[in-house]
Amino acid sequence: MTVNVSMRVNGRAVNAAVEPSTLLVEFLRTGLQLTGTHVGCDTAQCGACTVLVDGRAVKSCNVLAAQVEGAEITTIEGLAAEDGTLHPMQAAFKECHGLQCGFCTPGMVMTSIDLVQHHPHGTEREIRAGLEGNFCRCTGYQNIVRAVQQGAQAMKQGA
Amino acid sequence: MNAPAAGFIGQSVKRKEDYRFLTGNGQYTDDVVLPGQTYASFVRSPYAHARIRGIDTSAARAATGVVAVFTGADLAAVGGLPCGWLITSTDGTPMKEPKHALLAEDKARHVGDQVAVVIADTPANAKAAAALVEVDYEELTPVVDPATAKGAAGVVHDMAPDNVCYTWAIGDKAATDAQFAAAHHVTRLEFRNNRLIPNAIEPRAANAAYNRSDDSWTVYVANQNPHVERLLMAAFVLGIPEHKLKIIAPDVGGGFGSKIFLYAEETVLVWASKKINRPIKWTAERSESFLTDAHGRDHVTVAELAMDKNGTFLGMRVDTTANLGAYLSTFASSVPTILYATLLAGQYTTPKIHCQVTGVFTNTAPVDAYRGAGRPEATYVVERLVETAAKEMGIDPAEIRRRNFIRSFPYPTPVGLTYDVGDYEAHLARAQALADVAGFAQRKAASAAKGLLRGIGYSCYIEACGLAPSNIAGALGARAGLFEAGEVRVHPTGKVTVFTGSHSHGQGHETTFAQVVADKLGIPIDDIDIVHGDTGKILFGMGTYGSRSLAVGGTAIVKAVDKIVAKGKKIAAHLLEAADTDIEFENGVFKVSGTDRNVPFASVALTAYVPHNYPLDKLEPGLNENAFYDPTNFTYPSGSYVCEVEVDPETGVVRVDRFTAVDDFGNIINPMIVEGQVHGGLAQGLGQALLEHGVYDSDSGQLLSGSYMDYAMPRADDLPSFTVETMKGTPCSHNPLGVKGCGEAGAIGSPAALINAVCDALGVKDVPMPATPHTVWKALQQRGA
Repeated sequence: MTVNVSMRVNGRAVNAAVEPSTLLVEFLRTGLQLTGTHVGCDTAQCGACTVLVDGRAVKSCNVLAAQVEGAEITTIEGLAAEDGTLHPMQAAFKECHGLQCGFCTPGMVMTSIDLVQHHPHGTEREIRAGLEGNFCRCTGYQNIVRAVQQGAQAMKQGA
Repeated sequence: MNAPAAGFIGQSVKRKEDYRFLTGNGQYTDDVVLPGQTYASFVRSPYAHARIRGIDTSAARAATGVVAVFTGADLAAVGGLPCGWLITSTDGTPMKEPKHALLAEDKARHVGDQVAVVIADTPANAKAAAALVEVDYEELTPVVDPATAKGAAGVVHDMAPDNVCYTWAIGDKAATDAQFAAAHHVTRLEFRNNRLIPNAIEPRAANAAYNRSDDSWTVYVANQNPHVERLLMAAFVLGIPEHKLKIIAPDVGGGFGSKIFLYAEETVLVWASKKINRPIKWTAERSESFLTDAHGRDHVTVAELAMDKNGTFLGMRVDTTANLGAYLSTFASSVPTILYATLLAGQYTTPKIHCQVTGVFTNTAPVDAYRGAGRPEATYVVERLVETAAKEMGIDPAEIRRRNFIRSFPYPTPVGLTYDVGDYEAHLARAQALADVAGFAQRKAASAAKGLLRGIGYSCYIEACGLAPSNIAGALGARAGLFEAGEVRVHPTGKVTVFTGSHSHGQGHETTFAQVVADKLGIPIDDIDIVHGDTGKILFGMGTYGSRSLAVGGTAIVKAVDKIVAKGKKIAAHLLEAADTDIEFENGVFKVSGTDRNVPFASVALTAYVPHNYPLDKLEPGLNENAFYDPTNFTYPSGSYVCEVEVDPETGVVRVDRFTAVDDFGNIINPMIVEGQVHGGLAQGLGQALLEHGVYDSDSGQLLSGSYMDYAMPRADDLPSFTVETMKGTPCSHNPLGVKGCGEAGAIGSPAALINAVCDALGVKDVPMPATPHTVWKALQQRGA
């Protein structure tokens, strides 16, 4: 038995028949070949699978594809401009060396964008608290925090 | 472009690899889907120790989508996973090497041990069918605690009836004992170095395809050293021709040691892919990673330091029991011996050292190299002893270190190494200044006014990196060479592809190595690509671990570049109608010495591939060179770390208020990347000291810390911002770049600094790792606060 789902992913209308048990992350990775969204755990603890659902950061391993019917989904592939110019938060991660192996990075960037949109003036402490749902094993978080601060500035200037 | 066209070395060039990672275009193993793809799910033992009386796979075979089911019986003729390092016991006998079967045969030996594999058309069908495999287990008494494993009631392997794999020692015991007999004071500590679970965020994964057209295999695997993986899998386990097996380690989401090793899962996939003639993919669920990735540390140690009345170190005695887990993982035997005991001199002139190590089998996951691998354990022993000794002797902890620093190089230690260079006083002084040690008393008073306890702790570490001189490693039991290979391919247009046997899984090789080549060839960094991680493309490689990539792999590339320049000079000499010896190469231009006659690098490259005007009688066309480099010594990064903590005596919560790290890594190619490596190492070291603990139930052998809700990985708000500085330092004396390696330092140096600070805050002799609130609170109650 399958169910039909329809949503917009990175600005593109998507309709598909999926097993009811299909997780959003499975749908994105396997159904749409958007493999930039990663799976790092099985308990919704690591945050590598974070995407934006109607502008809010959501762990896509913890949501069924059928639950986001009609939603606007943004994945890491949908952030840069058509010409490849990075989103200010992506650019800040590069500038601040906020990534090493790159595996947690997509989820970290999506969480950071949500964080900054809702808390544009976060202190270091608030940013660290805001990143609590995302593990990074490589960076020790210090340069990620700097990237979020720099990305926040750039997003304000760009807005 | 974000750096000058020349002089790339020493610049914080932004990383070339970042764009693909930031746009979701990285390609990790699980992202690869092959035509006809099938999926594997492993049936794993729910018991720590159990005899397998029978396995009924009939229901699984009949389940939806199932392609095949295999058990240990199907693989009985296949060899076990090999161990790469032979350790010889003090009585002259070789270590016990029980077979590490790909699928358990007679017994399951740890929770998660793989017993069968189910292959199906989808991951969900494979998993559902795996649940239908019925295994008849007879539970046996598990051996869990390494401290009591020797001679325990349970026996993990019949060939080691006392559960001892080896009893190994280094140093002169009689001479060390004599030093203790004459000592003014002896400091003694007993502690455990807590078991850690590496937890790269990308779980282990593999995708193996058999190609019937030419009887070969292509395997994608999350791995740090694809050529080693190929050699071990082909020659030592499956008996397939090495040249028929291609291993691709694409983008790899962190390793930290845990992806060095040859594991059963990928080997089973390769074997089974020919049986079913379809590609098979397996990606670990995080729960499987906790149960089956090789763990780290897990030592039980008694350590003593003997001093004269001035605090001069006279001797050190160490007795360690190291948990090897249920099977010998690829480098397991070397970690608590060769990579541990040889570092016990630290930065000090301790003249006599003796260390005995008992490696024991237990019914727990295999234990092998994890970031630092033996050296964090050694640093913890040395720096906890030294700090405790300072307290007991009433000497300032920095002062007692200064009294004992090695100040003359080269320095042969009593435990087998010869340090080539170092300046420990310089980084200790700098760390004290940066950490504002002078202001500590004032800060302590301010904390006290708030009802908080403040403490300060030092750790002055040394590590042996740049693994390794093959002749020394071989004499110590290594069964492989530890050189590295590089190839520099100049294309007709002067663009360059560099092939390296090192593997990058976060370290930034694609940038750092390109900086080195750009600097040497005087060409733009964007004209250079670094290729790694594919045995089909790269001539050979020993891979990435032990902070070796730049010191060993980078040197191999430099040697290949030197050959390119040497050949380029001959081509240029022909073009410029000059003698070979009159040609100089500088900033990308070959010129005749003392004249303005010159030819640019790209023209020489073009001439090499379009040899119309070319000395074909003397020189082959083309411009492609490779080099192997085997180091003549280890490198010896060192540093001084200062940690300051505030402890709430009501709750036991430890807050790291400031952490200062000053490191001497020799020359630095990319300061930004080096600083990032230190940050990451510190996070893992402080994670060990404060939070992380791999815990098995002592009765059942169940892993109690088997998820992210039970194993406390550091999150962003658990850590402070670190103060990190890399000194100009003392360049390595024996590689052309003068580099030492930086990947592990933070994890090696930081645990002792943190625990020293907590002990100082509490005024107690010892606090076990991890210093969780409960642990610290208990220590305060025992102190009688």
